[in-house]
Amino acid sequence: MPVIVKEPKEQVKKPQESFWKRMTRHQLFIPLAALALLVLFNLIADPSFFAVSIKQNSLGNPVLSGNIISVLDNASELVLLAIGMTLVTASSGGQDISVGATMAIAGSVILRMVCGGQVSADSPCMPILLAVLIGIFVSMAFGAFNGALVAYFKIQPMVATLIMFTAGRSIAAWINNNELPIMNDVSFKYAGTFLPGIPVPTPIFITIFMVIVFWALLKFTNLGLYTQAVGINANSSHLNGLNPQMIKLLTYMILGACVAVAGFIRVSRSGSINYSRIAENIEMDAILAVALGGNSLSGGKFNIYGSIIGAYVIQFLTTTLYKYEVPSTALPAYKAVVVIILVVLSAPVVREKLSHMKRTAGKTVKEAT
Amino acid sequence: MPNGITLDKKGHLKSRTAMSDTMLLLTITVVVFFVMYFSAVLFLGGGFAKTQNFLNILNNNASLIVLSVGMSIVMITGGIDISVGGVTCLVCMVSAVNLEQHGGNLLTVVLISLGIGLAFGVVQGFLVAYLEIQPFIVSLAGMFFAKGMTTIVSKEPVRVTNEAFLAVKDTRIYVPGLGSYNKLGEYIPAYVEVGVVVALLVVVVLFCVLRWTKLGRNFYAVGGNNQSANMLGINVKRTKFMAHLLCSMLAGLGGLLYFLHVGSGDVANAAGDEMNAIASSIIGGTLLTGGVGNVVGTLFGVLSLNTIKRIVSSLGFDEAWWSNITVAAMLCLFLVVQSIVLLRKNKKK
Repeated sequence: MPVIVKEPKEQVKKPQESFWKRMTRHQLFIPLAALALLVLFNLIADPSFFAVSIKQNSLGNPVLSGNIISVLDNASELVLLAIGMTLVTASSGGQDISVGATMAIAGSVILRMVCGGQVSADSPCMPILLAVLIGIFVSMAFGAFNGALVAYFKIQPMVATLIMFTAGRSIAAWINNNELPIMNDVSFKYAGTFLPGIPVPTPIFITIFMVIVFWALLKFTNLGLYTQAVGINANSSHLNGLNPQMIKLLTYMILGACVAVAGFIRVSRSGSINYSRIAENIEMDAILAVALGGNSLSGGKFNIYGSIIGAYVIQFLTTTLYKYEVPSTALPAYKAVVVIILVVLSAPVVREKLSHMKRTAGKTVKEAT
Repeated sequence: MPNGITLDKKGHLKSRTAMSDTMLLLTITVVVFFVMYFSAVLFLGGGFAKTQNFLNILNNNASLIVLSVGMSIVMITGGIDISVGGVTCLVCMVSAVNLEQHGGNLLTVVLISLGIGLAFGVVQGFLVAYLEIQPFIVSLAGMFFAKGMTTIVSKEPVRVTNEAFLAVKDTRIYVPGLGSYNKLGEYIPAYVEVGVVVALLVVVVLFCVLRWTKLGRNFYAVGGNNQSANMLGINVKRTKFMAHLLCSMLAGLGGLLYFLHVGSGDVANAAGDEMNAIASSIIGGTLLTGGVGNVVGTLFGVLSLNTIKRIVSSLGFDEAWWSNITVAAMLCLFLVVQSIVLLRKNKKK
């Protein structure tokens, strides 16, 4: 990574910069601008996109429905993954590409626990919360495996997580003997659909809860500071008395916990699992959310709120594309184009060139006048 | 005298550390392969002893050999390309649609596959080399783009019925002296498909390129140390660009070989082949950190990977998921071994 050295002149100038310039330089500018662009597009193309209505669901409860609600609802898993992925990116300078596969494992474990090994169960064999805790534990163990490879064996994160990316869905199938257990009890589906009497989808509450947990974690502990220190320079953080390996491992385990909760929400939506299709391609969306949030993909400073907004932008984009009848299998092609545009715009080389062009353009204008 | 450079009696440079690393890892791979294969012949017998079964490993994996060789080259320069599986899938689908619905012939199919490879190579190479974006992100996007495009071209599997194509597909090249006798005592000659010949040719050509041409030596120099390569006057950016271009072109060629083997375009074609290619390269002794590797090792990597898959399935673990878990376990084992070797070497310094 070439380091951009700011000239001291610019720093002196900074207070005099226009409001517009300061705003565009803010980290949250890109995700918010992207969100505004999408909202604007939908407003012009079809304002009925934003309509929210109250419908009866299959249990006879009144529930909210509409595209906006579905964006907020369906983005839940992605938001959780984006939070964990931001920490992993910041500490190790790489991304975990096994999150989709680990979601399959967590979902499979939870279903196996709740169904007690049967193909179809009508009532949970153990408290659902306990099953979720076991799922989180297993998922954190897989996170620790990834983290150990990255931190202690110094393997590039994306290659280390390639192992679980390859094996994860197979392990998930193995856990349930390749059967597809179905949980018929209504209470299991509360987390993925609606609580009785509450018209707002439950995943939204879970997401808000997790965001508050992470806000508190970053506010009241040194996790954020340590993660950034390790990500910026692991050696100097070691000299300052931190244990960089431990912190990297920790971020991967935190991601594991996020993945398990996301996996629980996903299996709770339908009460069943499809090993090869569940959370397919979600690793791409999670990485995209981190990049869209203005975080550097090579580690260091981070802002989880940027990633969270990024996740909502991506779900917004997905829902918009679905509305215009883009088939779900063709979605990756569109998203890949968005990713390429984003990384090109945020690449240091391109930014340097652009600012250079601006400066020379400004000079010629001044000389002309 | 800098560490690792030795002179022979006449004062010529004898070998460099990087090359001896390559030879060490290559030796490990070849030994592992032969030990594995011969113990399979000894303990499992039957199928493994027949030459045709060995040649079938080649027949089934001709495209994987080409993909892995391309992957090795990118990895030698210190990059990675996970779009190769997607490109293979896209090439198969476009070729099949071209042959069936647009009246294409063999020439257009060859042009299509190389053209798609070229297009992916130019874009990805430019983004990685000149804009300095992480190769993993670029090729991840490339992979999703290729897979998405495949379903846009056609969601349904397309079976090819073109006669000229089928004639090439079913051509069998008999290997003299390797046949076997069946129960009735008839001689059954052993054969390989056209793709295998192409794949082995690619391995030989690239072995020579890496060993004796300027471009090939530049790959090692850039992968070994970016900055010192730059100071030696090597155009680092162009070398990286060439590596990605070569890898994607080989992915296009690999797609063509895959198409020749299966004879249809399908969304599920070559699923997971990028992982197999990376695993083969790593097992073949290519270091992820760059600068060390050998295409002959990669060839043995492909053979080892598929031999162990076969051993696992003949041991009775023939459910679909065992194959993936085996690949992952092999990958994990070799990654850890490499990492330990590297860490110990760094400590010595």
